[in-house]
Amino acid sequence: MIDWQAVWLTVRLAAATTIVLLAVGVPIAWWLARSRAPWRPLVEAVIALPLVLPPTVLGFYLLLAMGPEGPLGMLWAGATGGRLVFSFEGLLLASVIYSLPFAVQPFSLAFAAVDRSLLETSWTLGRSGPATFLRVVVPLSAGGILTGMVLSFAHTLGEFGVVLMVGGSIPGETRTVSIAIYDRVQALDFDGAAATALPLLVASFAVLAVTYGLRGLTIVPWLTRR
Amino acid sequence: MSNRRRPLLGIALVVAACLPAGPATGAPSLHASGTSGASGTTVRVAVAADLRFAMDELVAAWATARPATTVTPVYGSSGTFFAQLSQDAPFDVFFSADADYPHELELAGLAEPGATRLYAIGQIVVWVRSTSTLDVAARGLAALADPSVETIAIANPEHAPYGRSAMAALDAAGILEAVEPKLVLGENVSQAAQFVESGGADAGIIALSLALAPTMREAGRHAVVPIDTYPRLEQGAVVLRAAADPAAAGAFLDFVLGAEGRAVLDRYGFLLPDA
Repeated sequence: MIDWQAVWLTVRLAAATTIVLLAVGVPIAWWLARSRAPWRPLVEAVIALPLVLPPTVLGFYLLLAMGPEGPLGMLWAGATGGRLVFSFEGLLLASVIYSLPFAVQPFSLAFAAVDRSLLETSWTLGRSGPATFLRVVVPLSAGGILTGMVLSFAHTLGEFGVVLMVGGSIPGETRTVSIAIYDRVQALDFDGAAATALPLLVASFAVLAVTYGLRGLTIVPWLTRR
Repeated sequence: MSNRRRPLLGIALVVAACLPAGPATGAPSLHASGTSGASGTTVRVAVAADLRFAMDELVAAWATARPATTVTPVYGSSGTFFAQLSQDAPFDVFFSADADYPHELELAGLAEPGATRLYAIGQIVVWVRSTSTLDVAARGLAALADPSVETIAIANPEHAPYGRSAMAALDAAGILEAVEPKLVLGENVSQAAQFVESGGADAGIIALSLALAPTMREAGRHAVVPIDTYPRLEQGAVVLRAAADPAAAGAFLDFVLGAEGRAVLDRYGFLLPDA
């Protein structure tokens, strides 16, 4: 049977990660796209690290940082009185870090492609910075923003190594679909593993298909019309 | 002008699709970690992988007898759980495959001194699939030195007590050096069992308690390794100091140590400590 608890948890985690990455990733990406600071490459490198680091390495550092003696864990305990590691909130933080490049890079590429003269025109016509961002930059970058969000969502759905390190496989809190599948395989319950693997495959396919569909139907023709 | 809004609409759709998760993640779930609303208490149990099938049965028996307290088992290697518990993992009871890890938790102040209780003595077996030509019944561990055996699955001795027992038994049989290049390591003993059950490994040294599980019984055969050829697998369990509901956690441990629990453990091939 399908482990619906794990499926629901994973969807919640992926959705929450996507929303946080939208809030955090857009300002970072905007800065990356516009900044000429000499240390910008260093920031880019830090953000891209999760692309090349083995998830277990990232998970190991996160485990130490989020533990009761770690800086993040102590900060969290001070603020909420709770525990960060092996909790949903901890998993969310880990997922945001792990998926950061999947959001920031497409965002940043889209922002960089926005013609600067359009921004200057908007400013000249009296629009404020935020208004220009919302009414000029966001519509022009919609494809990249959407791509970044979908990649973040899909990437979080399939996360395994980091979750294994900082999650603790707690049903309903940190046992995501990929961990549940691993657990079913170890229990020699191959039918259960297959049943739980299927929705992950279907969901990943559906998310990507819908995205490409949206881009094909509306965004890309709109961009080319411009 | 209407066209201009369409990409935004696409984003809005995706955001809207994500929205049901908003409240769920915003709600503080931390403090509810040990309990599940008004329906009763939940006891989270970290369980050594050798107990996987026996514990599922114990939990089912408990659910019938004491439905007010839900027991949620999580399976893994004892060493991994020890590391996680040292980092404040939210488990209430820890069933280890040895007694050292629970004792270390006592020393670290994560469990009351002297709280560890011996619940079973584990045994290891050589396991092969039914299709294997190896005569493990007659030759025991020595069969593993046979050239037809290319891979042998054991649990990782670094953090799984059953892996350490397997290494000790191979050493006692005088074939450790010969078979060492053939060893493949499971993260825990039930992964080692899965390696050999699925055909990935030619033979395995696994827990008797796993070999006696229905799936494993159907798929292959086993030979018990003489218990005096490896350090006794005395398995200890302990209620953690941080347990959300120590009374409920203690009650479940008592249940496993009691007559009903002992009967199940006995059926899964564990030797039992004196009651």
